[in-house]
Amino acid sequence: MPANRFNAFTDYGIGLGLRVPHYAHILEKKPTCDWFEIISENFMVDGGRPLHVLDQILEQYRVVQHGVSMYFGSADKPDRTHLRKLKSLVKRTKTPWLSDHLCWGSVDGTYTHDLLPMPYTFAAAKRTAEKIRYVRDFLEVPICVENVSSYAEFHQSEMTEWEFLSEVVERADCGILLDVNNIYVSSKNHEFNPYDYLNGVPHDRVGQIHVAGHTKFEKYILDTHDHPVLDPVWKLYAHAIQKAGVTATLLEWDDKIPSFDEVHDEAMKANRFIAGAREAQSPKKRAVAKA
Amino acid sequence: MTPVGLKAPPRHAPKRLATEADLRALQRMMLRALVEPLTDDDDLAPRWHDGRPMAEVAAEFIKPNDRLSSVDRLQIYARCYWYRLIDCVYDDTPGLRAMLGEKKFSALVRAYLAKYPSRSFTLRNLSSRLAQFIREEPRWTKPDTALAHAIACFEWAQTVAFDGEARPVLTPDDLADAPPAKLRLALQPYLTLFALDWPVDDYVIAVKQRETLRSEASNVIERGPRAVSRKVVPRPRRKKTFIVVHRYNLKLYYKRIEAPAFKILTALAAGRTLADSVEAAGRNAKPEQVREWFATWMELGWFCKP
Repeated sequence: MPANRFNAFTDYGIGLGLRVPHYAHILEKKPTCDWFEIISENFMVDGGRPLHVLDQILEQYRVVQHGVSMYFGSADKPDRTHLRKLKSLVKRTKTPWLSDHLCWGSVDGTYTHDLLPMPYTFAAAKRTAEKIRYVRDFLEVPICVENVSSYAEFHQSEMTEWEFLSEVVERADCGILLDVNNIYVSSKNHEFNPYDYLNGVPHDRVGQIHVAGHTKFEKYILDTHDHPVLDPVWKLYAHAIQKAGVTATLLEWDDKIPSFDEVHDEAMKANRFIAGAREAQSPKKRAVAKA
Repeated sequence: MTPVGLKAPPRHAPKRLATEADLRALQRMMLRALVEPLTDDDDLAPRWHDGRPMAEVAAEFIKPNDRLSSVDRLQIYARCYWYRLIDCVYDDTPGLRAMLGEKKFSALVRAYLAKYPSRSFTLRNLSSRLAQFIREEPRWTKPDTALAHAIACFEWAQTVAFDGEARPVLTPDDLADAPPAKLRLALQPYLTLFALDWPVDDYVIAVKQRETLRSEASNVIERGPRAVSRKVVPRPRRKKTFIVVHRYNLKLYYKRIEAPAFKILTALAAGRTLADSVEAAGRNAKPEQVREWFATWMELGWFCKP
């Protein structure tokens, strides 16, 4: 299921996050890359170099927008100025879908600039879904919401994280950006089986997948995006694409960023699992399996 | 002190989240805990703003596990919050931190963020009120408050020049038939004029050059909030300096100008006519000199329609 209505029926392959240390390399060498994911907020500016660089990238590459500040789960209403700026960027990039996180991070107009975990309640799911619908209708682009990694859970929660994610996306009728590294990190921090999570979400709504590295501390794991992807995360990725189909995949590497080629090589490791998933999905193989 | 913009959290976390108001109440509680300044050891503040133990408050809404208590888990988020924001101001203000030194700069930034948490969706705007804070609370920068304020203003102008709006540039043809007594010109929104008591531009350039050398010479892996570089660039000596912070061909520039030129540009920015603005320069400004300035400014694309 490479293409669905949540990623605008695209088949984007393996992408990389567009990061400042790689600008010069990308613009000069024009390396092969299926697509770039940009952090929307980095380009929601009024002028100058960021937009100039983006326009040059857009001439050569496909770009998908990923946001970090929409805070679908915040009790605040969406900020109209923010939305207008975001829509202007959506028109510029022609992003086929737009993603942001299933989290909160601001209250009463004060921003933490963090991806804070949701209380997994029905009331929160309803409110969050309403906000996603509002944003999607305003921006006129499909939305995928990303599961975040978390280090705390609330007493007030009424369901598991994957039940909450499912409740939200069904109510909002939106897609999922499935971050398998975040599932792994949270599974260690909260002691659940990550495969229960993967099996429990609506696979037909997965529009994109994230993979990334993380850092282990003595008592918890932190989602740091500063390492290669670890084996348990690749295994989860393999399982995810078995379930959801081969889906647009992006490697996140945001800190201690190595050369473009090193990041690209790391992302290309996804191909090993994609080949296996494609084979498993081939009609012949499925027929044999059925027999 | 209540951080600016924050609304009071409830005394206790709601036991159930049945409504949007309950969700907001829980989020206000957690936010209030996060924005509370960390201790000297970078731990979560031991007391809630009403004096109760933070551990007791955290236990109302955060589940513990077999490795971490409720407050331990909340502390992970509090540290992430503070480290992220401190790092952001650190990156935005190399001149200010070099001038103040590690200890003072760190105390200033923490006090600033404690009073003014972010009110913008983007970290780009995080340092926008730093100069204002320095003026409001001079105890953090004394006896160098005036210089600290000048540097903070100058460094914020760089952010504005980097990605601020550029309006369509006026060309000589646009101005050809306009009478100077009626003509008004606006300055580009990304441009900032400064009349400073120190050559802050030279100082900031020297600091940045020093930092570039330092980063190229070091393989140290950064952990936690970054250490602030030692004061190695001599602080500027007093000298009246007129500077325009602007961009040209997408690059950031600091252009020194003369006092009469500053007066002209300030008058134009205030909405005065071209004739009045040139008049503001005083008798010392020779007509050919003024013509030359305008030719340069036009070439740099500084003028747009009001």
